[in-house]
Amino acid sequence: MVGALVPHVAGSLWLIPALPLAGATITLFAGNRLGKWAGILATVLVFASFGVSLAVVLNLLTYPGESRLALQHLFDWISVGGFRVGADLRLDTLSATMILVITGIGALIHLYSVGYMAEDPRQGRFFAYMNLFVFFMLMLVLGANYLVLYLGWEGVGLCSYLLIGFWYTVPGNAEAAKKAFITTRIGDTLMLVGLALLVFKFGTLDFEVIFGTAGSVLTKDAATVIALLLFAGAIGKSAQLPLQVWLPDAMAGPTPVSALIHAATMVTAGVYLVVRSHVLFEISGVALTVVLVVGVVTALFAATCAIAQFDIKRVLAYSTISQLGYMFIAVGMRAYGVAMFFLVAHACYKALMFLGAGSVIHGMHDEQDMRQMGGLRRAMPWTFATFTIGGLAQAGVPPLAGFFAKDALLEVANHTGREVVFVLGTIAAFLTAFYIGRMICMTFLGRTRSDAAEHAHESQPVMLAPLVLLAIGVVVVGILQLSPDGAVTQALEPVVGATALGAGLSVPALIGMAVAVALLSLALAWWIYGSGRVDTVAFRERLEPMATAAQRGWYVDRAYDVVIVQPAKALARLTSDVFDALVIDGAVNGIGGLVKRSASEGKLLQTGFVRTYALVLFFGAVLVLGFIGVRG
Amino acid sequence: MRTPIAYFLMLAGILFAMGTVGVLINRNALRIFMSVELQLNAVNLTLVSFARLHNDLGGQVLAFFSMVVAAAEVVVGLAIIVSIYRRRRTIDVDAAREMRW
Repeated sequence: MVGALVPHVAGSLWLIPALPLAGATITLFAGNRLGKWAGILATVLVFASFGVSLAVVLNLLTYPGESRLALQHLFDWISVGGFRVGADLRLDTLSATMILVITGIGALIHLYSVGYMAEDPRQGRFFAYMNLFVFFMLMLVLGANYLVLYLGWEGVGLCSYLLIGFWYTVPGNAEAAKKAFITTRIGDTLMLVGLALLVFKFGTLDFEVIFGTAGSVLTKDAATVIALLLFAGAIGKSAQLPLQVWLPDAMAGPTPVSALIHAATMVTAGVYLVVRSHVLFEISGVALTVVLVVGVVTALFAATCAIAQFDIKRVLAYSTISQLGYMFIAVGMRAYGVAMFFLVAHACYKALMFLGAGSVIHGMHDEQDMRQMGGLRRAMPWTFATFTIGGLAQAGVPPLAGFFAKDALLEVANHTGREVVFVLGTIAAFLTAFYIGRMICMTFLGRTRSDAAEHAHESQPVMLAPLVLLAIGVVVVGILQLSPDGAVTQALEPVVGATALGAGLSVPALIGMAVAVALLSLALAWWIYGSGRVDTVAFRERLEPMATAAQRGWYVDRAYDVVIVQPAKALARLTSDVFDALVIDGAVNGIGGLVKRSASEGKLLQTGFVRTYALVLFFGAVLVLGFIGVRG
Repeated sequence: MRTPIAYFLMLAGILFAMGTVGVLINRNALRIFMSVELQLNAVNLTLVSFARLHNDLGGQVLAFFSMVVAAAEVVVGLAIIVSIYRRRRTIDVDAAREMRW
């Protein structure tokens, strides 16, 4: 059990989600009248929330490791018989890590959006959704029980839907939004079943009680079932196989949305959920293996897809899926600290790359096809520099954040005797560096390939400032975790426990290997796409049909369409055109027709002669009385 | 010695039968109305007779109620008959047979 409460910190916890909620409320009702002030208000509030978070977390860190826990009870949410759920907030080092990422990166992305959305007539609504998202995301990570977490979980899903379909007049955007919502719902529903099982077993949803007593309450099998159901929710939210299909399409939303929701925060909620519930996963054991396998497969699968994309945002989408796979690999190996650091590092460099891509798209006047780009380093030097830093970080070039994250992960894999994971992880790292290199070469290097690229312009300072700040973040955040037992891991130890490491290859050898893999892959990408010595079109054609298959996400979408969507539609047609039209409508119309026909016959009984009625009445009375007389 | 209850009931029965026949064979609305009154009074007589038999004033009270209701009913009924007469210059009930389908 974790130690005593930290009262000083607890009092102001509510302020962190309340600020963005206030912003959402104001901009939702008055946003379109506020004009560009809506964006400024929203940004200031998220920055304020970041300020409070920072103060609270710094205060929390002044306490010794075991007692770093702050709880705040806001009000009783549900109280039915013995079942009680409170609107409780919980700050420990795990949620502290998350709120800093959410409010910090969220604030920068809000700032960037002020510039990016400046010409949109509905920007008030946009910032309302963004602030609402930040609120729900904060509730998700600050919740002290699974119901508050689930509130945030569904809330961010809603905001994701609203923001993917923000430009709903463009054909396909609303479809993408629906797809994202419905696909994640599959996971959410399974997760809800898991929560119901938790209530059934524990009679409460409170983290403290569940994790404190899980060892004695749950059998191994029960823990496996619950853990896998929770993981199903994580699969949906974090776009892991087999529910990864929604994330590439979700790129239909404005680019800041992709950066905030579909790279830095919401999609990492799955990782947070599993780390938060690690007690259940560890009792099960099997569940952790499932997490590991899903992570490995997803990391490799999505990396191959990313290589073949032409749309700059789809490259980043697949790369996000792949990187999330990495995080689940770390979780599956019980290296929760490494997973959380990976999450932080990824949030920084992927937000940076998305915002950079947004800057490119803005400068290219809404062109997203990398074949139309090229040579943008001259027109957009700031974007080029910051984007490249983000790219190199993800590729794993030291001393950037991504290097430490990936290296720590591979080190854990190697030192815990998971040779297969180590090898596959290294292959995925090679692919990662390759598609990053390809993207940078196609976008910024070489000759310009279109008029739009010729006339591209650098973005305004309000968009460049977040890029620069995030780039600095990517450079310095590595200090937090120079090895698998770095600062982040140590801070998280009271919450998630330590990772046991065995022996394996020496650390310098691993680092050398990781760097070599990254640089080799980047060099290869440059030789193919950047040097101009390889005919990339012919190169791609030689790889057909593999290239197209990878570009289409290995036809998983089409498989789902054939196996699930079309049969479901056929069933819907059967019920609507056959069952509903004939059976349901038939019954209703039949009853109506019956009444009508009997009425048209029965009305002839009415003669209009008063005395006839009197006679019938009389005989009727006689009959009734006679009946009573006979019976009595 | 009391008059046996059967006499009263027989008288009431005869009155009721006369009323019923009157309702059924007359076409003049006023005559039908008078016959209905006969029926009502037959019933009142029965009520009073049983009240006397059982030494229970309830029956008499009920008879008074029935008289009041009958008076009210006559008011409404006569008004309707007057208005029918004004419209069609006859109070033959068989002539007023539009109230069907």
